Amino acid sequence: MDQPHVSPQADTDDVAHAHVVFDGGLALDCGVMLPRLIVAYRTYGTLNADRSNAILVCHALTGDQYVAEEHPVTGRPGWWEAIVGPGKPLDTDRFFIVCANVLGGCMGSTGPRTLRDDGTPWGTDFPPVTVRDMVRAQKLLIDHLGISRLFAVIGGSMGGMQVLQWVATYPACVFAAIPVACASYHSAQNIAFHEVGRQAIFADPDWQGGRYWQNGRVPARGLAVARMCAHITYLSEEALTRKFGRRLQSAAKDPTEALGLFGDIFEVESYLRHQGSTFVNRFDANSYLTITRAMDYFDLAADAGGDLATAFAGTRVRFLLVSFSSDWLFPTEESRRIVRALNRVAANVSFVEVTTDKGHDAFLLDEPDFHRTLAGFLGGCAEHSGLAKPTR
Amino acid sequence: MSSLDLIVEMIAPGTRVLDIGCGDGLLIERLFRDKGCDARGIEIDMAAVTRAVSHGLPVMQGDADLDLAHYPDGAFDYVVLSRTLQAVERPREVLRQMLRISSRAVVSFPNFGHWQVRWQLLSGGRMPMTATWDRPWHETPNIHPCTVADFFALCAAEGYAVERWLATDDAGRRTPWRRNAWLANIFAEQALFLLAGQRARAMAAA
Repeated sequence: MDQPHVSPQADTDDVAHAHVVFDGGLALDCGVMLPRLIVAYRTYGTLNADRSNAILVCHALTGDQYVAEEHPVTGRPGWWEAIVGPGKPLDTDRFFIVCANVLGGCMGSTGPRTLRDDGTPWGTDFPPVTVRDMVRAQKLLIDHLGISRLFAVIGGSMGGMQVLQWVATYPACVFAAIPVACASYHSAQNIAFHEVGRQAIFADPDWQGGRYWQNGRVPARGLAVARMCAHITYLSEEALTRKFGRRLQSAAKDPTEALGLFGDIFEVESYLRHQGSTFVNRFDANSYLTITRAMDYFDLAADAGGDLATAFAGTRVRFLLVSFSSDWLFPTEESRRIVRALNRVAANVSFVEVTTDKGHDAFLLDEPDFHRTLAGFLGGCAEHSGLAKPTR
Repeated sequence: MSSLDLIVEMIAPGTRVLDIGCGDGLLIERLFRDKGCDARGIEIDMAAVTRAVSHGLPVMQGDADLDLAHYPDGAFDYVVLSRTLQAVERPREVLRQMLRISSRAVVSFPNFGHWQVRWQLLSGGRMPMTATWDRPWHETPNIHPCTVADFFALCAAEGYAVERWLATDDAGRRTPWRRNAWLANIFAEQALFLLAGQRARAMAAA
């Protein structure tokens, strides 16, 4: 098997990420006090005079704060440029968009790569964090920006979990919530897939018990395999069939040649390897361990005493839930479970399942029905919240 | 006046309304704009839900037979079920849920007692096909047809007070038969009812 292409130590160290430092630190759910908290973030658009047009975007497991601009590490477009920008559903001519790198991440916010006072990175000593810890860190940023109430909080996948956590933890600080392609807890199947990824990282000799910074070798193979495994869960069988089918790599057109065991034989294999190898250039293995664990811990109903509706009791937030028909990682039934819990507290909830064959990844892609729904919902919320129409 | 106008007219301003089978959300938009209601919708057809939400209206995909059970008692002042009762799995249970989660219910349905329906069945011996009942028996989603008299009987059996009722034609326009239930049961193409459940009467008594 080819070694995934990787530059020694991810490049992200060399990039200065815009950030704010909270010297008061952050008390974590696990009981540990982080003495100092860095939150790296990006904003798009302009905060209006009464600070009422802010939308917080929560990114997913391997996302980051570079929502709608060229990524400083990869050089690729922002991960949600399909919906964030002038005239787009999250219209930067109208809204002030904020996105922070999550706590435990590796794009500038405090995480396993962050140096401690003794000059060494946290590594695997980094305390376990929860989705609620991530949201608390975001709240510090929002307070720092002088925003007392967010017009909306939106996110897909783990970002959707953060949206739900925002509503449960800071109900008065959110006018509208848009949890997309997510669930109120991480299912056993999803935990199982995460565990395969983590074991792949542990099994890489270059992981070195998590202290891989000491000799500059990173567990690229393990992290790439983790990404490959996870990436399958983001797609659907239909999408894989449509994109690759059983097609062979062009080099192996001769059937006798194709009967090998090694190398890229089917197109889908080389696609996955490419996904794995590009991932290790921008992501830190210990961060991957930390954040997948945070998702696994997530169970909003358990936090609320067993009944999900309790987490939303008395809420005045307007909700839009969106699921995608071919998403088997966070299937529609999970969104419907949240909708029913919201019905039990008579919350104002809109719910749409978008028909698509693109699987979980659909929330990141060009899905016109999703984008129309989002734009319409935000427009309706703006009218109800008294947010003025943009003057062009 | 359209059937929409007749329903809007029945609903008090500033109230909480749930429209079941709301389609594109025309009624909830009218109730919000004209009456300042907190109006929401449930619709089973995803394409219609997407159009409604894309229009900024609070609508969720859901099923009257399954989803009403999740709402708390008295969550709404009115629940509207317009031309849908005859198509649900369990009409009596849906009505019970409506008047559990709401003080009042606005219900409209096509009248199977209309003279043309009676005449076609009597003379031809085949399932009737009229402007209102316009699908062959094996294609129709209307699995629970009833007459105006049937509906009055159900309300009496369930203890719902009929606060208002009126007979309408196919387009939902008011017809003169509302003064006489017997005539309405023969000549009304559709009927529109405003029902009060025990919650409304308990509130009136308090």
